Amino acid sequence: MASGTVTSSEYISHHLTNLTFGLHPENGWGFAHGANAAETAQQAAEMGFWAINVDSMLWSVGLGLLFVWFFRKVAKSVTSGVPGGAQNFVESIIEFIDDSVKGIFHHKNPVIAPLALTIFVWIFLMNLMDLVPIDWVPYIAGQMGIGYFKIVPTTDVNITGGMAFSVFGLIVYYSIKQKGISGFLKELSFQPLPKVFAPFNLFLEIVGLLAKPVSLALRLFGNMYAGEMIFILIALLPFWAQWVLSVPWAIFHILVITLQAFIFMVLTIVYLAMAHDDH
Amino acid sequence: MELLYIAAALMLGLGAIGAAIGIGILGGKFLEGAARQPELVPLLRTQFFIVMGLVDAIPMIGVGLGLYVLFAVAG
Repeated sequence: MASGTVTSSEYISHHLTNLTFGLHPENGWGFAHGANAAETAQQAAEMGFWAINVDSMLWSVGLGLLFVWFFRKVAKSVTSGVPGGAQNFVESIIEFIDDSVKGIFHHKNPVIAPLALTIFVWIFLMNLMDLVPIDWVPYIAGQMGIGYFKIVPTTDVNITGGMAFSVFGLIVYYSIKQKGISGFLKELSFQPLPKVFAPFNLFLEIVGLLAKPVSLALRLFGNMYAGEMIFILIALLPFWAQWVLSVPWAIFHILVITLQAFIFMVLTIVYLAMAHDDH
Repeated sequence: MELLYIAAALMLGLGAIGAAIGIGILGGKFLEGAARQPELVPLLRTQFFIVMGLVDAIPMIGVGLGLYVLFAVAG
């Protein structure tokens, strides 16, 4: 955290740059570090495809492990007698997910419900990081010599894109598994218009198919990025004005966080259900 | 370079208009349904949130990209 007069745009761009590790053409392997945020982002861009946003990966994988560990701990100590608080909490989530999966997905597939549970809780945990006041963790990281530290993984389009395209992989996998390659291609090319317009149909269907992961990824990214941007802008205000604005925005953001996780899950189930049913 | 600010403002503004109209109509229909059949309110509320997320998607993508253009590009 640069001390002294930090201009507002520097403050904003500082909070927007990731801690990127990769092979830089000149500096070789290492973290992207420039004089200011813009240079760092420039260096990260020059690192090309194989640069890794260490902070996003750290927080997303860490929260994923936390989710797996907590649910496993509760599952192992499950009692049919008087359930403890944690067990009630986990049971209520699982029942909620189970109901929505049953309501949408009418085929037999053992993967869908656990996938829905993972997606909902993991994305909710990652989004929850957005409610942590934005200066705390980067300040602590600054003390430990880490220049840039973005703690909300879902404001990083790589993370949301990665999740959305893994769901897309599942969609294609289950479509082919359910209908066979010929069935899948037939579904793509003979859809709206009669057979003679096959290439035009194929183009339309491919666009529709690709729109699913892209909209999944950018919806979550757009909501969380806009949410965090508002928090950053509020942090620029004089301190006495911040409470008046950031408290209502944080309360509203709690709804946005759960809603985006819920919608990502529901759409994943809907897309997988569509992949399963053959006409 | 200055055009970027206008572009970002347009993205934010038009996105907001779209979302406001869409969710306004959706909210109105939700209240009508709730008034007509109050016992269905829990089901309607879930559907309302799902469709609101869908309606909100493209405008929010526009707002997200607009803010990105505004701060990360024209920062």
